Amino acid sequence: MTAAILPDPTGERLDRPAVVRSRGHGANVLRRLLRNPVAMIAATILLLLILVAIFAPWLMPADPYATSMLKRLKPIGTEGMPLGSDELGRDLLSRLMLGARLSLFMGIAPVVMAFVIGGSIGILAGYAGGWLNTVVMRCVDVLYAFPSVLLAIALSGALGAGITNSLVSLTVVFVPQIARIAESVTTGVRRSDYVDAARASGASSLLIIRKHVLGNVIGPVFVYATSLISVSMILASGLSFLGLGVKPPQPEWGLMLNTLRTAIYTQPWIAALPGLLIFITSVSFNMLADGLRSAMEVKQ
Amino acid sequence: MSLSQQQLVNEFRDVGGARQPLLIVRGLKKYFPLKSTGFGLRRERLAVRAVDGINFEILKGETLGVVGESGCGKSTTARLLMQLTEQDSGELIFDGQALGSRGLPLREYRRQTQMVFQDSYSSLNPRMTIEDSIAFGPTVHGVSKREALERAHDLLLRVGLEPARFAGRYPHELSGGQRQRVNIARALALEPRLIILDESVSALDKSVEAQVLNLLQDLKQAFGLTYLFISHDLNVVHYLCDRVLVMYLGEVVEVGPADALFEAPLHPYTQALLRSMPTTDPLQRTEEAPLAGDPPNPINPPSGCRFHTRCQDARAVCASVAPIFHEAVPGRRVACLKYQPDSGYETAQIPLREVTHG
Amino acid sequence: MLGYLFRRLGYALPIMLGVSFLCFMLVHIAPGDPLVSILPADASAELQQQMMRLYGFDRPLLEQFVHWLWRALHGDLGSSIATSRPVVDEVFKAVGNTLMIALLATLIGFTFGSLFGFVAGYLRNSWADRLASFVSVVGVSLPNYWLGMVLVIVFSAQLMWLPATGAGPGGSGDWNWNWAHVQYLILPALTMSFIPMGIIARTVRALVADILSQEFVVGLRARGLSEWGVFKHVLKNCAPTALAVMGLQLGYLLGGSILIETVFSWPGTGFLLNQAIFQRDLPLLQGTILVLALFFVALNLLVDVLQTVFDPRIERG
Repeated sequence: MTAAILPDPTGERLDRPAVVRSRGHGANVLRRLLRNPVAMIAATILLLLILVAIFAPWLMPADPYATSMLKRLKPIGTEGMPLGSDELGRDLLSRLMLGARLSLFMGIAPVVMAFVIGGSIGILAGYAGGWLNTVVMRCVDVLYAFPSVLLAIALSGALGAGITNSLVSLTVVFVPQIARIAESVTTGVRRSDYVDAARASGASSLLIIRKHVLGNVIGPVFVYATSLISVSMILASGLSFLGLGVKPPQPEWGLMLNTLRTAIYTQPWIAALPGLLIFITSVSFNMLADGLRSAMEVKQ
Repeated sequence: MSLSQQQLVNEFRDVGGARQPLLIVRGLKKYFPLKSTGFGLRRERLAVRAVDGINFEILKGETLGVVGESGCGKSTTARLLMQLTEQDSGELIFDGQALGSRGLPLREYRRQTQMVFQDSYSSLNPRMTIEDSIAFGPTVHGVSKREALERAHDLLLRVGLEPARFAGRYPHELSGGQRQRVNIARALALEPRLIILDESVSALDKSVEAQVLNLLQDLKQAFGLTYLFISHDLNVVHYLCDRVLVMYLGEVVEVGPADALFEAPLHPYTQALLRSMPTTDPLQRTEEAPLAGDPPNPINPPSGCRFHTRCQDARAVCASVAPIFHEAVPGRRVACLKYQPDSGYETAQIPLREVTHG
Repeated sequence: MLGYLFRRLGYALPIMLGVSFLCFMLVHIAPGDPLVSILPADASAELQQQMMRLYGFDRPLLEQFVHWLWRALHGDLGSSIATSRPVVDEVFKAVGNTLMIALLATLIGFTFGSLFGFVAGYLRNSWADRLASFVSVVGVSLPNYWLGMVLVIVFSAQLMWLPATGAGPGGSGDWNWNWAHVQYLILPALTMSFIPMGIIARTVRALVADILSQEFVVGLRARGLSEWGVFKHVLKNCAPTALAVMGLQLGYLLGGSILIETVFSWPGTGFLLNQAIFQRDLPLLQGTILVLALFFVALNLLVDVLQTVFDPRIERG
């Protein structure tokens, strides 16, 4: 079965047939995800919400900041205010649309930052092993020892209200969770034979991490991170609900839920609307994350 | 450079000459510490004595077999030779140059020594195509990506896998035998002189195993390689190897030419091992198992000669005096008091079974 | 076994120390001078200096921490700035209130969650299973503060069956186990129970499905064991893990009660935290968080140890 290879004088391998390339792992996962009906419905809903959030200023029927004492708490279906108005007379639909921006941002951004920070910490600790790993993971464990809500409240409470502060506290809440899983997966990969083979070929640790470890670790960590987005959204809105996050008069679903509380006796359905949106978004993110997890878990 | 020139390259890199062993292993020791038990005064620091001061050489161009039971330290030795684990003490001298010295930094040593692992699947990155996996090694040492991929394709052809069909595939799309060929190709990519084969064919079906063994022989000829062949399959070792090394509980107990060792083993352990090989010869029926019981605990090995607890020829002195690994017969070395005059073995009359040992 | 206990304790202690340090640091990461929350803004420089020395704010950080921790271990968590009452008293009174709804919530969540989980696990892949898994996804995706509001809308505003807020007709001061008081418990506890319900349903379903699919169950049935016998067997195998999850959920409820207590004005630790934050009452904030966090760590430790005791299969390094 062995054929001798004659050196080609022109230096070009003209007689080589093209190599058949197999579909990569990522492509396989995507394909499986696209075939999952529940996940696709969830993805569509989210896409819609994101589009609304991005194009809110152009889609809004009215000015979300325009107050009017006369038009307070109008019911759903009022002329000019399809979803009614809030306790200061502002059009609810417009506020919900604009509020999508902050609500979605406050939900997604902390997870993204935690993914980068926590992932790096976890991968480095997992690859290094030894005492470095122990020290780093112990520090992570201290943060992990707090229930998430308590930690978020504690940090926000200490730092004060505001978007930046909330982002910081939420990121701090999620970094330990992501770092833990990144460390665990990296330790497993580190022990595998192909990493040994890479070490045996003389590659430096950084090169091995980049070419061998990263590709195998990012997948599971990413899937875990996506399952955190819904938690982050609920927590972020919760902070605003308590008055610790977004400050009025900026529209944000959690904050709106808070200010509309007084309306539960007069216009209950309007009072509940912002929460309904939080709920729908959260369920969609969860469904999508579940679908992603199933797509990745299939044994090849 | 084309593959047919590899042999020339190897000769060109020969520093010490034909008589210089390719690899000298001296006093290699590796203990794995266990979690200490107890508190305060009762605290014990226990360790698994995986490799306990071994010495041997690998000669240029030979295939040296390493045999022994599970837990004897074969795999740890392989990892130590590859420097995947660092030894507690001892040195490796490659072609006359000590590893770690200015003449032979670790990176250079890793160009010249490569390993093929037992598990063909876990030794390939599941996210990398076959050609990328093979090309990785050369790119680490400065070869351009394009040239490395070309070399990968050439090597695939050499090990019997059509590049057009296999280069773009992922490990899970190949069979066990095909993956092992890929691992061999990967080991060859750096143009090494020594290849360690750690139970590389043990997980394959017999028919596939035969093909891969033939391939290994071919490659050895074509590239002028030296092999260290670790296996528990004595028949394969006899077939493939020039010399054989026998390990027991972290120590080397016998070394010698394959035919001589298999025909007339010196060390009682080797004798027992060979007698345990199943055979269809009616004249060699056995009723008693040649080797009784499990190997002792490597955390607390027996005193004196480590094998004395299971040795049929053991005598009282074997429990207290550790044998020296020396040349008993020209070309063959063994660690057994039987072959050591002045050890006290000759004069000891009492068979060991009547003496208790600690 | 004892060795494991010691090791686990040895692991928990530095964590508790770290947690305490973090609580201590909360005051110092807060923007502004810690003194600002203690003294009026126009206090004289002299008074400020005096207070600094009194509270020890001019000493190095580590020393302050040691003093603070020492006092805390002796039950002195300082005094609330707003009410001037000792923090310890306020916190422990509040803990009692929170425990009431948290325990009830855990009970409800565990009971119904296990029920759903069992049904789903037995009727794998049927419509009941899909419904149960949908319910559990809903349970964990619900913002509990919104659910609370919705329940208040339905049961208080519209149907007027239950009160919307508060802990009793006379406030939390006097509590009786009669309907007049207990009716205030129901909505908060019910709201709190949804998330544990969802999580326990999911856990139990996975456990039951896993056990039933194992081969030894087929063996049991083949040897003539009745369905009831099999059921008892499954129960025995699920119990340790399910109970462990329940224990942990209780911990989360205690730590995260602030949102629900805000909705219902329930005078528990969460409500206390809320007050502390908005009044910038830092000693109260610190003290409450310390107690809650340490309690959570201790609970985790307890659950871990109990799990080892009751489930011999769990391998502990």
